Amino acid sequence: MTTWESFDIVLAVLVLPLAFWTIAARETFVAVVSYVAYGLLLALVWVRLGAPDVALAVAAIGSGLSGVLLLGTAARLRDVEEQAAAARPSLLLRVIAAVLSVTVAAGLAVALQFLPDPAPTLAPVAARNLAATGVGNPVTAVLMAFRAMDTLLEKVVLMLALVGVWSLAPDRVWGGRQGPRHQADPQGMLVFLARLLPPVGVVVGVYLLWVSADEPGGAFQGSTILAAMWLLAMLAGLTDTPPVSSRRLRLALIAGPAVFLLVGLGGLWLGDSFLSYPAAWAKTLIVVIEIGMLLTVGLTLALLVAGPPERSARQ
Amino acid sequence: MSAAVDLFTIVAVSAGVFFFLAGTVGLLRFPDTLTRLHALTKADNLGLGLVVLGLLPRAAGPVGVLKLVCVWLLVLLGSAAVSQLIARAVRNEGPGA
Repeated sequence: MTTWESFDIVLAVLVLPLAFWTIAARETFVAVVSYVAYGLLLALVWVRLGAPDVALAVAAIGSGLSGVLLLGTAARLRDVEEQAAAARPSLLLRVIAAVLSVTVAAGLAVALQFLPDPAPTLAPVAARNLAATGVGNPVTAVLMAFRAMDTLLEKVVLMLALVGVWSLAPDRVWGGRQGPRHQADPQGMLVFLARLLPPVGVVVGVYLLWVSADEPGGAFQGSTILAAMWLLAMLAGLTDTPPVSSRRLRLALIAGPAVFLLVGLGGLWLGDSFLSYPAAWAKTLIVVIEIGMLLTVGLTLALLVAGPPERSARQ
Repeated sequence: MSAAVDLFTIVAVSAGVFFFLAGTVGLLRFPDTLTRLHALTKADNLGLGLVVLGLLPRAAGPVGVLKLVCVWLLVLLGSAAVSQLIARAVRNEGPGA
């Protein structure tokens, strides 16, 4: 057995029980913490599978950002958690739930047996046409060129999610600022960290975007880091969320999809179809779209974590 | 020369792993939050520092060395700040909170 094989076995032995523990844990907080640890280990699994781009995404978004969102949820649920746990569902309901779960699991297990082998793949076609996009990283080529439509829609979905969070605002604070106003000891550790870390984080975030043309990285991963830096400064009370009625904020939020759409429509006019890039300009256009995406996605992710509007714009 | 470098890597990384092991044992065995934090910071600071030190001769060029050192410094900053924050929360609210 080689060293890598034993490493993989140790990894599997760690990941599977942790996944089970995430589901089985009684307390929401415990489940969230083990989910975060599970996400970090899963990132290692993706590295071992030779997919560092996915590993970065899982670590940044799957573990980091979702972890923060779920921690916020757990904190909000803490007061009602005991009541909810005490209200045990009836025997009939539990039996029905068990039967449903077993049916779905069995269906999936059966379906797995009938998958075509070898699995249908477009990877060779994508690899053959990589040069046409001008980028060297096949993942970026798929996300930004071959399947650009999916990426465009993904960003629109993110914006819809933010509109959903905004719409939870009570009428009297509509147009106000999201989340509570955080305050921290100006001489304390949090403020120190929030002053020291963001310059480094901004460089790393922009680097992840820039390097994604030829190496593992990506606009989503970079924007998650930018969002984290902004949230850190917010938590330390150094800055505040903008009022949701701010026109500048709204323009920044639609900048990413708007640039993407404009480039796509330009393809209709100059090229063959919607979202087709002229070959000579492909790489430049991809980088322009990604820069817009970095700004918009970073803002959206941070504001999703900040929570619904709670205060009028003047507070 | 290469044997000496190999020996250096093995010794430094093994020493780093020892500190990680000691930190983990401390995390599991120590009685309260403050002492457990104390055990954890040893793993982060010394353990990772020694592992990074052992890997330095193997890094791909000066940029690789710089990246490894940056990783260590960032983890130092993160773990020092977070343990301060946890310790302060424990002092303000008591270990049960």
